[in-house]
Parts: sequence; C-alpha cells; structure tokens
Amino acid sequence: MKVHEYQAKELFTSYGVVVPRGKVAKSADEARSIAQELGGLTVVKAQIHAGGRGKGGGVKLAKTPDEAYAFAKAMLGMTLVTHQTGPEGRVVHTLLVEEGLPIEKEFYIGMVLDRSKRMPVLMVSPFGGMEIEEVASKHPEALLKIHIDPLMGLQPFQARRVSRFLSLTGDPAKKAQKFTAALVKCYMETDASLAEINPLILTKDGRIIALDGKMNFDDNALDRHPNIKAYRDLNEEAPLEVEASKYNLNYIKLDGTVGCMVNGAGLAMATMDIIKLHGAEPANFLDVGGGANLEAVTNAFKILLSDKSVKAVLVNIFGGIVRCDIIAQGVVGAAKQVSLTVPVVVRLEGTNVEAGRKILADSGLPIIQAHGMTDAAQKVVAAVGGR
Amino acid sequence: MSIWIDKKTKVVVQGFTGKEGTFHAKLCMEYGTKVVAGVTPGKGGTTHEGVPVFESVYDAAKATGCNASLIFVPPAFAADAVMEAADAGMGVIVCISEGIPVNDMFKVHAVLRRTGARMIGPNCPGIITPGECKMGIMPAQIFKPGPVGVISRSGTLTYEAVDQLTHEGLGQSTCIGIGGDPMPGTNFLDCLEAFHKDKKTEAIVMIGEIGGSAEEEAAEYIRKYVKKPVVSFIAGRTAPPGRRMGHAGAIIAGGKGTAKEKMEALTAAGVHVVESPADIGKKMKDVYK
Repeated sequence: MKVHEYQAKELFTSYGVVVPRGKVAKSADEARSIAQELGGLTVVKAQIHAGGRGKGGGVKLAKTPDEAYAFAKAMLGMTLVTHQTGPEGRVVHTLLVEEGLPIEKEFYIGMVLDRSKRMPVLMVSPFGGMEIEEVASKHPEALLKIHIDPLMGLQPFQARRVSRFLSLTGDPAKKAQKFTAALVKCYMETDASLAEINPLILTKDGRIIALDGKMNFDDNALDRHPNIKAYRDLNEEAPLEVEASKYNLNYIKLDGTVGCMVNGAGLAMATMDIIKLHGAEPANFLDVGGGANLEAVTNAFKILLSDKSVKAVLVNIFGGIVRCDIIAQGVVGAAKQVSLTVPVVVRLEGTNVEAGRKILADSGLPIIQAHGMTDAAQKVVAAVGGR
Repeated sequence: MSIWIDKKTKVVVQGFTGKEGTFHAKLCMEYGTKVVAGVTPGKGGTTHEGVPVFESVYDAAKATGCNASLIFVPPAFAADAVMEAADAGMGVIVCISEGIPVNDMFKVHAVLRRTGARMIGPNCPGIITPGECKMGIMPAQIFKPGPVGVISRSGTLTYEAVDQLTHEGLGQSTCIGIGGDPMPGTNFLDCLEAFHKDKKTEAIVMIGEIGGSAEEEAAEYIRKYVKKPVVSFIAGRTAPPGRRMGHAGAIIAGGKGTAKEKMEALTAAGVHVVESPADIGKKMKDVYK
C-alpha cells in the first residue's frame, strides 16, 4: 500500500526521523493560516501518490502567507500530471504546508527489500534529488548499499558508515547516525516495503532533515497496523479497482479493449500476454481466485462490463480441484444476471471439461467457446476487430 | 526417482481439521500420500478422517515418525506453524497459506537456516511426485510420471503447462510450485540444483513471472551447470510497472524485474524461452529427445 508524503512524515516523526515543521491543509484559507503560523518562507506541496510533483507544478515556494494562499487555491482541485501518474493525472485534494529551510547539501537515503539476499537494504548517496535508479546506473560509486540483518537492526558501525559516506563530520555526523537508526527502526516496525527520503538535507545551521518522504507497506501486514491501514486514500485508486477490492477480487485497470477474467494470478498475466501476442490489448488484469466460485465470477462480470472500454471478454479458467461443470454453471448464472452486451469468449480446461462445455453450449447465451489458449486469444482478438 | 518427496514420505498436516485442510488432506490421501498425522492445537487426542490428531508437531513426530509437513493455517499463524515444523525436525515443509508478512518470513528463514529444513511456499500449490506423493492442492489427474521436472511461481499456470506436457505424452518427475511471494522458502535455484542432480529428471520446465531477479539467478546457474534442456515461459510482459499483479512478489519495481530482462537472460543462457504460454508443451516435445 502507498501513502501520502504527509502520512509518511507522521510516521517518521513518531520514530524520531526529523522532518520540517508543517501541517496539512484542505483549503486555501487553511494554507494561509498555517503559513502565518510557521512564519517566513513556506513550501506548499500537493499530496498525491506519485513522484515528480515539482516539475508538474505541485510544489511551490511561498514568500508570504498570501502567496501560500494563492498557490494553494491554484493547486487544490487541479489535475496534476507527472511522469508517474500517466496522462490522466491525479486530482489534488490535500496539501502539505511546511517551513522553507536553508539548504547546505542534499543527499539520498532509502530502504527497500533485497529479495535475493532476503534482507532489507539501506541505500545512501550524496547525490540528492536525483532518482536512485539513475544514480545506480550513472554513478554507481556514489551509491552505498548496506544490508541490514532484520533480526538485529542497524548496528552503530553501519550508521557511522552512512555519515562518513556523506562526508559529514562533527555534530551533523552524529545527527545523521541517529537519523539513520530512527529510519531503519521505522521501516522495520511498520512492516514497510519502501522508505525513501529524497532529498535528505543538511541545513546551513547543521541539522539533518527529511525534506521529502515516501513509504510503501507490505499489504500482508496491514492488519497489525490499523493506523497505517486507515491511511488508504480511495481518491488515489481507479474507481473500478476500489469496487473490485470490495469483493476481494484482484483487479487492475489497463488501457486495452479485451476484458479478462482468469483464475490464478500467473495464468491471468499469461492470458494478458497471449492477447497482446495475437494483436489486441488487455483491458485489465483480473484474478478471480484459484477456485473461481459463482459469487466471484458474477462480481467479476459486473466489474468487467461496467468498464466502457471493454469490447469483448475472455474468460480463461483452468478447472483443477473445482470442476469445469461447476465453473460453467457459475459463468452461465453470472452471465444471465448481468445481461451481456459484448461478445464473451470462454475457454475452459481441466476436470469434467466436456460437461462444462455442454452447459455453456446449452445455455442459450451468445458465448463463443474456445479450445486452448491460442484459440481463445484468436477468437477474442477477432471479436474486438484485431487481426 | 524424484526430488524431495516420494512414496516413503510420511506427512503431518498442520491445520488438519479446518475446511481447507480437511478437503485437501483427503484428496492427498486418495492420491496415495501417506498422511500419518494431523495437528490442530486444542484437538489433540482426537481422530479426524481416520488419522490421529496431535497438539503439536513434536507430539506427532514422536508418535508417528512423520518427516514432512503440509500447512493449511491462516496467514497470521502460518509463519509460526512453519517454524514449529522445522524445529520439530520436519525435512520438507509445504506451506499453502497466502498472506504471510515479509517480516515474519525473515524469522522463518532464520529457523530454516538453523534446522536445514526445506520449505516450499508460502502462497503456493505445493509439490507433487506423480504416482508417488502429492503434498498440495493441485488437481492430481493432469499429472503423469515421467522425465520432466517442473518449477513455477504460479498455480493455475503450472496446471496449464503440466496439462500441455501430459497431452504431448511427456510425464513429470516432480512438479514444484514455489509460490508467488517475494521471499519464498525454496527458489528456482534450489529446484534447478536438485533437478540437475536427479538422474530421473531429463528435462526442465521453468515458469517465471515479473518481479525480483530469481529468473536471472536461475539463468546464471543454467548457463554454468545445467546440460538438460530447459523450456521457460515468463508471465507478465504486458504488466504495468509499479503494480502488484495478484502475487505479492509480482511487481516491476524501479524499472527492475521486467519479463523482457528475464527472457533475455534465460535465452542468453541457452534456455528455450517460449513467447506464448500455449507453446510450453509443444516446445518441450521439440527439444526433448
């Protein structure tokens, strides 16, 4: 799960990771009064779940409270397009207003899971503000990676490596070590999958502060963090994905015209791939679960058919433990409930497949049956007018 | 012959008396798997489906000599169940449960390292040596004994591939679903090493997907050591970056873990990579002689 910058900073603060003074504003008036309270220069930051906000006009430096008001008024309700939002962009509903700080130096610090080493890895670079993937490819010598034993946490010698790598000495070095220890603790204890601060700054008066903040969390661990679970922002999710999540369906909206309903995540991805291979584009990823029961199939049909860009549907089910005749009854029952408006190609394979196919054929529904994945892909691509 | 499980494997089922555990344990027994014990805390001393139920894996091991565990425990308790099984000396542990947090898996891996237990999963269909032993939820009837070892991060896509192999007349030595999580107990490398050494495995099917670098590491191993033909399919060429595709581990992060990179690495290692998931069986038929 992703959260907003201001939410990540709330968590940072509770672990002693230092962030600029600031508050959340939902209106331009609030932004002005926060700026007044903070005094001096302030920064108005649009809160959306995507990076690159500065370039898109979502981060502005205000000299006066009135300027903060004007920026806030322009940002709230605007659709912010960045390289991470896609062309449709995201509507700004919330702002973070923070004190402006005198920057001496900018750094990068981040933490993420290294799957092959089965350990979290802390990444540090003196190149603040640059994307870490770019640093890794263009300046690998400027990227320090420290693997953290998850059962021991950060050790003092590791924290000292961080401050030395950033060429910090004296009091700022001590502050950076303390900051790093707090960040690692925050990452581990909140079941984070990503914590990234870019830039991390050294101020002119020698303080170490997280100017930005980004965190992602392990979905499987959210139940033990009700405070983080409550950070979910439905405005940041596609409406159909929100709807699908109510039925516990794994659904991801894509740009194509072929709606897919598949049992199992791997087979669902493979189905998308084979549609593309035969000349059309998938409209979605949708895993109805290995079992593919009537309720899941009915809900899945409703979601697929409410997507106006879907011109045909491909149902690809490999019946294993669940028999194909049961699945066929589910597909027929669901299709009758939702009144089909587009061609539906169904490919069933597995246990009792003959009985399943007969149920589909006898249903009186305009279902196009397919044998094998290639046949299914060709038929559905033909149905949407592909090659 | 086969890897890790065979007709001598004596299985304890953790979470035996629950709905899923009961259903699938019965199917495993019908297949011929020797399920000798069940464990459900609070139900020790009873009998379920004709099998004795124990309070703990320790009790089950002492009474029955079980040496492998099949786990159907809710995700909040699954990591603990795996650690208990490993600590009680189970050599093979198959965890079907989906939804174990990564932080819990760190502890699991520490116990696995200490005990030397082999864990398969979590979030997986399990492992089957056709004709001998099934520890998992896969539909048994599509499998047939034979020379092809199968390794996969997926469930139903594995069934798809196995079904194709069986239709081509190619049986399987052992099929392992390693699961869709980011830090599985057993990875491609472990399976490849075992298949490489197993005399009865003459060819290998490897089904990968986006996310992580397990396929690239497998490619490196294949290039160096594996002389048996390997056919591979990687799912997720059309998956958008930054989105989790159902499986907790299926995500392209920071531009890394794409299907394209994986397919290129495998092709460079001499693996027969198929573009279409419908061609896995056919390709194996072509390259296996």
